[in-house]
Amino acid sequence: MKNTPVKSIVAIAIGAALFFVCGRFVAIPSPVPNTNISIQYGVLALFGAAFGPFVALLAGFIGHALIDFSYGWGIWWSWVIASAVFGLVIGISKNHVKLATEKFDGKRIVTFNIYQIVAHVLAWVVVAPILDIVMYAEPWNKVFLQGFVAALANIVTTAIVGTILCVAYSATKPKKDSLEKK
Amino acid sequence: MMNIFNYIERRSPIHAMTGASKLVCLLLWSFGAMSSFDPRFLFALFVLALVLFKISKIRVADIRFMLWFTFVFCLLNNLLIFLFSPMHGTEIYGSCHEIFHIAGRYTLTQEQLLYHLNVFLKYAATIPIVLLFVTTTDPSEFASSLNRIGVNYKIAYSVALALRYIPDIQREYHDITLSLQARGVEMSKKASLGARLKTASGTLVPLILSSMDRIEVISNAMELRSFGKNKKRTWYRYRKFTAWDFGAMLLGLAVLLISVVLTAFVNHGRYFNPFV
Amino acid sequence: MEPIISFKNFGFKYTVQKEPTLYDIDLDIYPGQKVLIAGPSGCGKSTLVSCLNGLAPFSYDGEYTGSLTIGGKEARDSDIFTRSKVIGTVLQDSDAQFVGLTVAEDIAFALENDEVPVDEMKQRVDTSARLVDVQGHLSHAPHELSGGQKQRVSLAGVLVDDVDVLLFDEPLANLDPAAGEAAIELIDRIAKEQNKTVIIIEHRLEDVLHCHMDRVVLMEEGRILADTTPEELLCGRLLQTTGIREPLYITALKYAGVAVDPSMRPAHIETLALSDADKEKVRAWFETAPKTEKAEPAEPLLEVKDLTFRYANGFEALKDISLTLRKGEMTAIAGRNGAGKSTLCKLVCGFEHQQEGSIFLKGIDTADLSIKERAEHVGYVMQNPNQMISKVFIKDEVGLGLVLRERPQEEVDAAVDAALATCSLSPFVEWPVSALSYGQKKRVTIASILSLKPDMILLDEPTAGQDFRRYTEIMEFLEELNRSGVTVVLITHDMHLMLEYCDRSLVFSEGRLLADDSPAAVLSDPALIEKASLKKTSLYTLAGLCGIDDAKAFTERFIRCDRKARRGL
Repeated sequence: MKNTPVKSIVAIAIGAALFFVCGRFVAIPSPVPNTNISIQYGVLALFGAAFGPFVALLAGFIGHALIDFSYGWGIWWSWVIASAVFGLVIGISKNHVKLATEKFDGKRIVTFNIYQIVAHVLAWVVVAPILDIVMYAEPWNKVFLQGFVAALANIVTTAIVGTILCVAYSATKPKKDSLEKK
Repeated sequence: MMNIFNYIERRSPIHAMTGASKLVCLLLWSFGAMSSFDPRFLFALFVLALVLFKISKIRVADIRFMLWFTFVFCLLNNLLIFLFSPMHGTEIYGSCHEIFHIAGRYTLTQEQLLYHLNVFLKYAATIPIVLLFVTTTDPSEFASSLNRIGVNYKIAYSVALALRYIPDIQREYHDITLSLQARGVEMSKKASLGARLKTASGTLVPLILSSMDRIEVISNAMELRSFGKNKKRTWYRYRKFTAWDFGAMLLGLAVLLISVVLTAFVNHGRYFNPFV
Repeated sequence: MEPIISFKNFGFKYTVQKEPTLYDIDLDIYPGQKVLIAGPSGCGKSTLVSCLNGLAPFSYDGEYTGSLTIGGKEARDSDIFTRSKVIGTVLQDSDAQFVGLTVAEDIAFALENDEVPVDEMKQRVDTSARLVDVQGHLSHAPHELSGGQKQRVSLAGVLVDDVDVLLFDEPLANLDPAAGEAAIELIDRIAKEQNKTVIIIEHRLEDVLHCHMDRVVLMEEGRILADTTPEELLCGRLLQTTGIREPLYITALKYAGVAVDPSMRPAHIETLALSDADKEKVRAWFETAPKTEKAEPAEPLLEVKDLTFRYANGFEALKDISLTLRKGEMTAIAGRNGAGKSTLCKLVCGFEHQQEGSIFLKGIDTADLSIKERAEHVGYVMQNPNQMISKVFIKDEVGLGLVLRERPQEEVDAAVDAALATCSLSPFVEWPVSALSYGQKKRVTIASILSLKPDMILLDEPTAGQDFRRYTEIMEFLEELNRSGVTVVLITHDMHLMLEYCDRSLVFSEGRLLADDSPAAVLSDPALIEKASLKKTSLYTLAGLCGIDDAKAFTERFIRCDRKARRGL
């Protein structure tokens, strides 16, 4: 199957819908009361690795904005943008991870995880807090601590969920020279 | 199946407006409210928003659930701010009028209270407008509105598609969870976080893989009906702007302009500072 | 007359495959014709569809050889958009084709993309909606519609473009019998009224032939095997050799020793002309039937008493249901979508809880049993195997239930081996699931349920969307399983499946149990058929035609004969 432009658009939509469903309805009890385990970043990481930065950026942005809309607490733009940044950065891993053509193991798992760590740090420790300060004039120590906690939780989540999803997805892709009729 | 977009069908002038004009108004209004820390202005916006609510015929009972969420969220955020930075107001306003000392480094100041009042009022000034938009805009109209305010139509359509497939994916996720529960998969509170995440991934795998197939079939279906052929597209739900639409966009523009004027000429900065 | 579609020495090879998928295709289709393309899965008929509508090579990389002209123009030079103005495709998966948030928007989709002005668009949407009779649902969301309605919306969505050719990819795959019959009638009506050329890809021959088809093209292994009239095809032997199911009445006539030839107009049971001698042969065949002996009823396994269930929104999905399923039975649960058959399964598995009544498993009240505990007695197999498989390797997938129940490793290994052996999957034990075919994946999901050694397995539409070969593969496997002692319950709306494989059928309609009888009896009861959206079998009509009053006994005679023939193979 070719990656046509229409396919990218549909991937954005389905990515955003999955991000929404995971973020809104998948409840995973976390050790800290009243905090959410954001399993949706594992899904977004897979979309980034499979479809690239453009799809993952928009899927993250739209999915997160829809979650905010559906809760009605207003759109928390700084965090919506941070989700998009995460999608963008993890999307760059596509050409290094090559889920569709190569086996996803050892080295590629490490590469994928380095990307997701960098992406989360950039999104939650740099972008989100700075935007919070600029847009909402919040105290810096509060926003950086929030960002740090979010980054840590999301890195752990993505390391497990994202990696498992990538392994499963990669296994469904026929590898080179394997499509001959027996 | 819950109505994720919370659209409530009523007959009101606000419902009758196009989604595009409401979206423009929402964006300008939020930007205006976000940039200013003048409580008089924010309070005025809050009152105005309540008036608009009255016109829309949406009742508090309709949105109680969302209001509750927002209130808790706002309260938590204020509490966190105070815990982390009890002297944030002093830093902003450059003065310190102590009310009373609580304990340790925690002292309540007039400046801090004013800052918290601003944060509260920001919620009060913007949330009603967001809720108003969400409850009075038919999701069908949302994508065409985005396109009308300049978003590329393909990306605008991806928003519509996301809304279209959220209920399907939600139902599928629910079915998968049940069938896995029967196999013995449980989200136990006792398991370690890592184990819980692995369990969750096991549930996500079938959902993700079937969604990947879905992407292929849907994009075929769309290409077979000429999606992406031209530089533009028309929308079935397109409607002409009426006086109300222009009114809404002007209102949004006015909010932003007042906010800019307050910042640039009245308060000489984002903050209204009564302490100098 | 010029053909509207013309394949000349045409071939197609996908870039990712070494061998071509289509060879030497020569086929002319003329304006106004109705053509059925049939063949087993993997015969190349889906590729032929993709070549016509342009998905191959515009979405799926590959190369044409020879020539294909559409409307007199070489297809090589026209892209997917140009072709979609001549050929409108209705895909098998109507959920995926329904991309709009409401019916009206979905019908308008192609017009929107062509920048048709809104006023004109609304008129054209209205006209198309009327053609397929969905004008009353214009503001409905997809999940408010039945499968048949969704398909009609898809049809309206291509009719709105005034295409010359309508291409249907397996239009009957996801419909219940009555909706399928209505779909074929609708296609026939639209073709006549709008003067369209119609191409239908289907393997349910008897159901498509409900209305007249001009030609049937039979494909196998990438080539055209036959291009003939339905009459000729039904009289020959090609259907048996390619594994396409022939209409039941034709099979019955053959069992009775009647030589079917085209002059009898055998394409439809309504037009079939039998001589008195032929009728006598059928009656004689019927009367020589051995009498059936009633078996002793086995011990009850599942007992349902006065069950009533309402959803949170007040919708009463089940009302006063009482029934008993016995050990060793193979039972079908039938009825249209929303009739309550899935709800019953959800209650049995503990996914939902009834307001009134009780369910007993082997005499034990299930009220206090969790989903997990019930699963050790009743295994539930979802319709789509892809929705159940969560592990990469077959072994892990099949052993999952036991591992989660913390059974010792040796026990898990032994149970996995046994389950894989039962499902003929032993050679694949170390394979990843993704390397398997659809039918094999289905068997993996069944093995993963069997590893828990339940007394009964409950399968939701086990053969939905499958062609006859895979259908037979899955059903014969289930039959085998049933003979080995597992009680099998199937939710289905496939009449053939019910007749051929089940001993008993439970018919639901609007939350009530309408009938609990043998499939032959159920399908010989016109009032019941009407009420439950089932379809009268052609055997019923054939019995009438031959002057046999007891259609039920006639059907039973046929089933016995057919099972014997099948097992004899």
